[in-house]
Formats: sequence, structure tokens, C-alpha cells
Amino acid sequence: MNINLTMIGQLIMFAMFTWFCMKFIWPPIVAAMDERKKRIESGLIAAERGLSEHKEAQLKAQEMLNQSKDQAAEIIANAGRQASTMVEDAKDTASQEADRIKVNAQAEIEQETNRVRNELKDQVSDLVMQGVNSVLAKEVDAKVHKDMLGKLSQTL
Amino acid sequence: MSTGNELIASGDYIKHHLQNLTYGQNPDTGVWELAHTAQEAKDMGFMAFHLDTLGVSFVLGAFFLLFFYRIGQRMTADTPSGAQNFIESIIEFIDENVRGSFNGKNPMVAPLALTTFIWIILMNTMDLVPVDWLPYLAQQIGVFFGADPHHVFFKVVPTTDPNATFGMSIGIFFLILYYSIKEKGAGGFAGELLFHPFGKMMLPFNLFLEGVNLIAKPVSLALRLFGNMYAGEMIFILIALLPFWIQWSLSLPWAIFHILIVLLQAFIFMTLVIVYMDMAHQKDEH
Repeated sequence: MNINLTMIGQLIMFAMFTWFCMKFIWPPIVAAMDERKKRIESGLIAAERGLSEHKEAQLKAQEMLNQSKDQAAEIIANAGRQASTMVEDAKDTASQEADRIKVNAQAEIEQETNRVRNELKDQVSDLVMQGVNSVLAKEVDAKVHKDMLGKLSQTL
Repeated sequence: MSTGNELIASGDYIKHHLQNLTYGQNPDTGVWELAHTAQEAKDMGFMAFHLDTLGVSFVLGAFFLLFFYRIGQRMTADTPSGAQNFIESIIEFIDENVRGSFNGKNPMVAPLALTTFIWIILMNTMDLVPVDWLPYLAQQIGVFFGADPHHVFFKVVPTTDPNATFGMSIGIFFLILYYSIKEKGAGGFAGELLFHPFGKMMLPFNLFLEGVNLIAKPVSLALRLFGNMYAGEMIFILIALLPFWIQWSLSLPWAIFHILIVLLQAFIFMTLVIVYMDMAHQKDEH
């Protein structure tokens, strides 16, 4: 148990070991551990963010679904309304067309009637004239009484 | 019953175990040589080396550094392997202790704590190697080289040599002085020694008190570790004197208990180093 130069040697050895440890051992180990700590931290943050994003997306999807449902309902309602108005319109135009056709037909009928009636008148007046002519061949000058006869045939 | 002869043999056995392998300058001839007896080693005085202490502690320290260095170079931030896990848990433990006790900013303190802790654990652990194995091996080697087996000494546990513990604690003492002056300034450090705890009027008394306080740090560090390990070693040697078939009944419980001391002494040494470093870094105390 003598105190001697061993003490100095041990002191130098201790200093060298500590220096080596500080220079070459401690930094890489601590750096790797810090690196892992950071990675875990960022991973946790990313997971958290992913979770919240997922929730948000779900909410958005739900919202979109609701919106499209509303839209669909609106479109169906519109379509129904449009269909009914179209039917109404068709009815209107159809009845109008029918009216027009009826009016036309009536006008035609009337025209035809008039024409036939005029023809008949003409024929009747001709017949009358012939009869009268034959009866009154001598007394009635066709030229003189033409106007009178014309008026007569017109009144017939 | 032991006869007088056996008692002398036991005494020699113990003394032989407690003698370091000393290489020094023979005061009579002036030649550097290995001491053949305890008396010769003592006569060499300060100009001598304990080859066993230096050798064992160097091998252990180099083993520690190499092991940690290899793992440190292969560190990965991904899932760590077994050895890396082991080292990381130690580093974490040291780091936690340093953060808990050390408030200054100094990148040297944590590696210093790591070195002291592991190195002391390894040196103390040599105590758990059965007391006769390594000395016997050394003796055989010595005999092979033509030495008298009674003159080959080998003390395995470096921390049972006060040179080793004082060597470390003096290193710590230098660090305390260096950082005290660096952090507080020479004036601040002197002021702490002179005007504390009782103010100007009690200056000599303060100096005495603080001086003792300062010197007591390395002395207590070294003596605590040395005392504990020396006592443990002593008991192992005493147990080894018993008949071989009964030794286990005492050496096993003592070894198990000694594991606690091995770790505890290393931990205490490390913690005190951290605390002393913290005290040296504290700027305005009181």
C-alpha cells in the first residue's frame, strides 16, 4: 500500500480514458439516440395529423353526401314540376289546335254552304229566267229588264 | 486446530495477496527492477510502479472503451440490437443522473461520469474473480520466466490499491479547481474560500473551513472507494483460508452481497463527481 508513481500513471490513464470517451464514444451514441427520439416524435405527430385529417375527410364526405342528396331531391322535384307543366302546355296547345281546326272547318263549311247556296241561287234564277223567258218571251225584253231580273235573282 | 506454523502460513498468504507487483528503483543499487519482497517494494518509495494495478486497470479501461466505441460506431437510429440496447440504457442512466444533479453547461461532465462509472465497476468486479486464480496464473508465468514463486506478487483489484483511487480523485480535484476558477473567476473562487460562510471578520476561520472542505472532496472520494473494496477483498482472502469444501458457503453469499457494493461504490463515486462538478460550476451561491 505504498503511494508511488502508480498514482500519477493512474491519473494520466484516467484523463486519457475520459478524453477518448468524450471525443469518440459519447457523441455518436447520444446523436443516434437523439435522432431516434426525433423520429419517434415526428412519427407521433404525423399519426396525430393523419387521424385528424381522416376525421376531417370523413366530415367532408358526409357533408358532400348530404349536399348531393339535397341536389338529387331538388332535381327530382324540378323534373316533376317541369313534366307537369309540359303536360299542361301540351293540353293547352292541343285544345287550341282543336279550336283552330274547328273554326277552320266551320269557316270552310260556311264558305261551301255559301258557294253552294250561290250556285243554287244562280241555277234557280237561271231556271226562273228560263221559265219567265219562256212564259214572257214576248213581253219582256231581256235587255230592258235585265236589271230588274238581276235584282230579283239576287233576292231569291 | 491450527498450529503456530499454520498461523504463520496464513499470515504470509494474506500478506502475499496484499502486495502489489512493484517495479521501481532499488534505493541501494539505483537499478530499476521488480521488488522481490514487500520490504523492498516499500524501500523503493515514490519512484515505483505497481504493474498489476496499472496493467489490470488499463486492460479493463481499454476493454470498456473499445466495446463502447465499436457499438458507438455502429449505432443506428432504427430498432436497436441487443448490445446497442444495453449501451443505450447505460447512457440513458448516466444522462439522467447528470441532468438531475448538474445544472451547468459542460459537455465533458457526462462522458466523465460514464468513464468513472464503468471503469470503476469493471475494476471492482475483479473482486468477484476467485482470489487465487489470477495471482496463481501470474505466479506460473513468473515461474516460467525463472522467478521465485514467492516473489511474484499480483493484486488483482486495482481499486484496492489507494494509488488507483487517489489517481482518479486527484484528477477530479484538478477538474474542480480548473472549473471553479474558469466559471467563477479567480477572484470569485478566492472569495468563496475566504468570505464564506461567516463574512470578512472570520476570514482565517473561513479559509480553514473551506480549505478542509475542498481537500476533503478528493480524499473522501478516494478513501471511500479504496476502503470498501479493500475490506471486501480482505474478507475474500480470509474465506479462502478455510478448507476448500466449506469456502462456497461463505464466499457465495459474500460475493452476492459484494455485487451490490461493486455497483454501489461505482455509483456513489460517479454521483459525487457529478455533484462536485456542479458545485464548481455554480456561479452565485449564497
